[in-house]
Amino acid sequence: MAVVFKAPKALCDVPMHYCPGCTHGIAHRLVAEAIDELEIEGRTVGVSPVGCAYNNYLYFNCDMVQAAHGRAPAVATGIKRSLPDNIVFTYQGDGDLAAIGTAEIVHAATRGENITVIFINNTIYGMTSGQMAPTTLLGQVTTTTPYGRDAKLNGYPVRVCEMLSKLEGPAYIERVSLHDVKHVRKAKAAVKKAFQVQIAKKGFSLVEILSTCPTNWGLNPVEALKRIEKEMIPHYPLGVFVDTELEV
Amino acid sequence: MGQKLLMKGNEVIAEAAIRAGCRHYFGYPITPQTEIAHYMAKKLPKIGGVFLQAESEVAAINMVYGAASTGKRVMTSSSSPGISLKMEGVSYIAGAQLPAVLVNIMRGGPGLGGIQPSQSDYFQATKGGGHGDYRMIVLAPSSVQELYELTIDAFNLADKYRIMSMILGDGVLGQMMEVVEFRDEEKVETYDKSWAACGHDNKREHNVVTSIHIDPAVLEQWNINLQNKYQTISGNEQRYELYNCENAEIILVAYGSVARICKGAIKEAKEQGINLGLMRPITLWPFPTEGFEKIIDIPCAFLTVEMSSGQMVEDVKLTVNGRKPVYFTGRMGGMIPTVKNIMDKVMEIREKHR
Ligand SMILES: Cc1ncc(C[n+]2csc(CCOP(=O)(O)OP(=O)(O)O)c2C)c(N)n1
Ligand code: SF4
Ligand SMILES: [Mg+2]
Repeated sequence: MAVVFKAPKALCDVPMHYCPGCTHGIAHRLVAEAIDELEIEGRTVGVSPVGCAYNNYLYFNCDMVQAAHGRAPAVATGIKRSLPDNIVFTYQGDGDLAAIGTAEIVHAATRGENITVIFINNTIYGMTSGQMAPTTLLGQVTTTTPYGRDAKLNGYPVRVCEMLSKLEGPAYIERVSLHDVKHVRKAKAAVKKAFQVQIAKKGFSLVEILSTCPTNWGLNPVEALKRIEKEMIPHYPLGVFVDTELEV
Repeated sequence: MGQKLLMKGNEVIAEAAIRAGCRHYFGYPITPQTEIAHYMAKKLPKIGGVFLQAESEVAAINMVYGAASTGKRVMTSSSSPGISLKMEGVSYIAGAQLPAVLVNIMRGGPGLGGIQPSQSDYFQATKGGGHGDYRMIVLAPSSVQELYELTIDAFNLADKYRIMSMILGDGVLGQMMEVVEFRDEEKVETYDKSWAACGHDNKREHNVVTSIHIDPAVLEQWNINLQNKYQTISGNEQRYELYNCENAEIILVAYGSVARICKGAIKEAKEQGINLGLMRPITLWPFPTEGFEKIIDIPCAFLTVEMSSGQMVEDVKLTVNGRKPVYFTGRMGGMIPTVKNIMDKVMEIREKHR
């Protein structure tokens, strides 16, 4: 019988701890498939964040380094500058990347650091039980915005791709979503492309993945996917923000 | 014999690091240590190394964490306010058991303080400025020659024990010009780094560098292992200098540039017919308790001299443990103790113990 679907080699054969309906698992699979297809597992070093994905060093089969909250781009910089021919990626949530780690991501991007960043935007702090993230939408109820996010008090949700695309360092920035199969396919292509950009030594690449947190959104998995489409995409439009290959 | 050069303390640290095989430096400018960065920026790119000016000390220490994870020899340097920012990374480096070298050329605090020399970061260096039960090896040079020797040692010790080594100097040492004699060939020791995250090349299981262990039983065992390692270091690596201690009436205790001033006081005292000695800790952690055992019976008292409100004196008291009186004198805020300050205190102590 022909095998049409199997686990990627770059994922370890262990159960994941993510909640039912959480798309962190899908994002992991996409990263692993890209690593497999590009045959780079042996020379890849991944950097784990602080957030629900803190222990994804247990899941990725390549060498892994766990970083302090928000510092993954700096840690990845240290790795990449030590091993310029290896492939280095970070995997970071929105609290990690767009709040505590803002300085590190902006400067890695503007240096054109030749790393790949997988950025999981779920508009919430998943791991610490549902506090406001910098990406939390206006009006969104979280444990620290119990009356809904109010711009007067908390300011506005950060659009990371738009912000970083104003810099000259990035070579490739795209925002994708995991809310249906069609979009998962697109997300897969984007993740793979981000690694290809790094392999070609073109510079900084980042893929923002709109992702679910059914647990802290108080939604079931299907409703959560719908929320991405109905509420997140209008504020976080999908698309390519930077692609230096396309520039003439 | 090696090459003799007249060099500034900070530059000697940088040169020594390069000689020790360090090819990666990440830093952020701050007085009075920035010459280290200048030197690295000039030299490293010419020898296939990497100098990178980070966006902050927080980023710099995390770059060090990354580079150290790959098994490369790596260093960062700063001065007091910057070292406070690095403390996050220092704790993670301790937790993940990574070898790296950190230089603190101390200036007066607290807060932004001043830019003049100080020793007021002793607690932070030796007692854990970051969170968790951890230690760093803390080396305290007192001459430019020793900056060279101890920087080389810092890298070897870091690799040997998978630990962060700190060079704890002050603005006097960093800015001082002295003759330094370099060896023709350096004794760069190599240790097993099969733990490094550098790509498994499909030849081994994946390596993981981490400081997180969610299961408390696992974390406790990890901590026990760390403590065992610290005990081994404490048993093997204590260093100190004993100067003029035989028959000393009072033994001064001082490290770094203050120890030099103490030697001046010893000379001055001798002219007045008073016999003073000096115990100079070279490792601040591990604190050289063994050295104290050799001299504990000699003096009528110990006098600790520091450029602080009295930090190391607590370790002196713990070590002496009531067997002899322990006194303290010091200056703060970038003011340097004078021979007269020390002699005044010596006279006061003599008066008491007549
Ligand atoms: C320095 C520091 N501050 C705070 C925390 C607590 N903390 C752990 S995870 C987290 C939020 C993570 O949220 P996000 O990055 O959005 O990841 P998610 O869990 O949503 O995937 C926080 C605040 C920490 N571990 N370290
Ligand atoms: S808390 Fe949210 S982000 Fe974290 S695993 Fe559960 S669903 Fe996913
Ligand atoms: Mg999140």
